[in-house]
Amino acid sequence: MPDLTAPRAAAPGSPARVLTHSLVMAARCTRLSARNTDALLTSLILPVMLMLVFVYFFGGAIDTGTRYVTYIVPGVLVLCAGYGAAATAVGVAGDMAEGVVDCFRSLDVGGTSLMAGHVAASAARNAAATGVVLAVALAIGFRPEAGPAGWAAAAGVLAAYVLALSWLSAAVGLLAKSTEAASGFTFLVLFLPYPSSAFVLVDTMPGWLHGFAGNQPVTPVIESLRGLLLGQPVGGALWQALAWCAGILTVSVAASGMLFRRRTA
Amino acid sequence: MADEPVVETTGLEKSYGRVKVLAGVDLRVARGSVFALLGPNGAGKTTTVRILSTLVRPDAGRARVAGFDTVRDRREVRRRISLTGQYAALDEQQTGEENLRMMGRLYGLTRRRARERAGELLERFDLAGAARRRAGTYSGGMRRRLDIAAGLVGDPEVVLLDEPTTGLDPRSRQTMWELVADLAAAGTTVLLTTQYLEEADRLAGRIALLDAGRVVADGTAADLKRRVAGRRLDLTLADAAAYGRTAELLGGRAVHRQPDRLLLGVPTDGSASHVRSLLEEIDPERDAVARFTVHEATLDDVFLALTGRAAASADRREPAGA
Ligand SMILES: Nc1ncnc2c1ncn2[C@@H]1O[C@H](COP(=O)(O)OP(=O)(O)OP(=O)(O)O)[C@@H](O)[C@H]1O
Ligand SMILES: [Mg+2]
Repeated sequence: MPDLTAPRAAAPGSPARVLTHSLVMAARCTRLSARNTDALLTSLILPVMLMLVFVYFFGGAIDTGTRYVTYIVPGVLVLCAGYGAAATAVGVAGDMAEGVVDCFRSLDVGGTSLMAGHVAASAARNAAATGVVLAVALAIGFRPEAGPAGWAAAAGVLAAYVLALSWLSAAVGLLAKSTEAASGFTFLVLFLPYPSSAFVLVDTMPGWLHGFAGNQPVTPVIESLRGLLLGQPVGGALWQALAWCAGILTVSVAASGMLFRRRTA
Repeated sequence: MADEPVVETTGLEKSYGRVKVLAGVDLRVARGSVFALLGPNGAGKTTTVRILSTLVRPDAGRARVAGFDTVRDRREVRRRISLTGQYAALDEQQTGEENLRMMGRLYGLTRRRARERAGELLERFDLAGAARRRAGTYSGGMRRRLDIAAGLVGDPEVVLLDEPTTGLDPRSRQTMWELVADLAAAGTTVLLTTQYLEEADRLAGRIALLDAGRVVADGTAADLKRRVAGRRLDLTLADAAAYGRTAELLGGRAVHRQPDRLLLGVPTDGSASHVRSLLEEIDPERDAVARFTVHEATLDDVFLALTGRAAASADRREPAGA
């Protein structure tokens, strides 16, 4: 008889097992992300390029009442987070299209663990991209006023946004029939910060956009980041931002669980 | 317990949309044996294997694997089997070793045990030298070995291999056959699917021939071969007239006909005496047959003999009536 006595970490189906699966998936997805050099470089360079374009090409023509680079950094951070998180959809769609998901399922790995792995990788990618954007921003004159508490709070808001958007992207990845379709979602998310206060004041937009720009989830996230980093009062924006993130996360976790079961029925 | 089948299905049915993919599949696989599910493209081999590995629920019928129901006791079945799918499933961007360690961890081994197990399997599957290379750089044969190794991290009781040798060169195929034989020798039950009679013959104690979602024949390789004579004598006739005469003489015995190449095939056991007597009988004047070859019966021959029609790929099948 083969050695079925090999020590096992935990009983099947137990929460400890689900946690192990999620951690193993997180390590896997992070490793795959790090080795997908083209996509990684794009996600690091694109936000920096956009920031440079805004600051040096458009910055002279836009008056926001603050130094433009300082005004724009929170928006670039959010744009960067969105772009990085949306790549989760491509990773999930790729796994679903290949035999690897059968392999995982036959080992009793659930959809939640697989999604959690992709979301963790997304968080790691975003931490790197955010670091790069901040470094370049500081080099070109971004002067935040935040103290340690402000930085910590800003990091928290950004993390909540990344988490919510990554899990939403995971659900989109389950919905998409191919990786190409999933990558379309990246563009949608990339454009979401434009009709908001990310790059210009909402007041300068046409009236019909105010309703959307003022109330879409990206706006309170940017407003709270800006307030926290510049040491200004953030008011209700912080709670609005967190509420949006919590809502999106809850819906996405539930939806992805359901979609995974349906895809693998 | 010992003579209770380790895999048993009764009346498995599965449809996708209006296409009936399985129309009542009954299988019994003895513990410790090698069982081959033989069939052409679209016969339903992969669907059967996916039901056995709990990934797909049958519409009707039931399957028991290692003593558990594949629907009700999914989790118990999953602990006792491994599935190596038809298409490579591991991460190309991870090394062979990383892939195996990941599978070990997912199976529930501790970090340390998973590392040891990966090392053992890489050694056993002759992949130790490539352990630190990304799987994407492996040859087809190495990929396949890694896929199978990944299935073995948990020492499964039943190993399901879906077309383990399709696309491999003869040498890699040979290696794969040896691996399957080793598994069986160690007491593991192996159920594999294949499109090659020769492979089923070499490896399997019992073979089920699957056609359009039904088991059309079931038995030992010898049983099946007795029904198709095992080999085929192909005759190239001298001219069209000779072809016509000989085809008429042979009638239904000609299991293979290719008028454009003046080719007729008849079953034979391949022995010199049988071939000689067939030639004497078919061509007493010694002027009709220009050349002949003897080769192993193919799946087509088995099909023709057992179903009375050529093995049309079921992928081109019409949907079943609404
Ligand atoms: N998910 C699915 N949706 C629709 N049709 C399917 C699905 N899976 C299989 N089929 C159909 O079921 C039939 C049998 O498929 P299956 O993959 O079981 O055959 P197979 O014997 O493994 O063939 P092959 O040798 O090509 O691998 C085919 O006609 C296939 O098109
Ligand atoms: Mg198949």
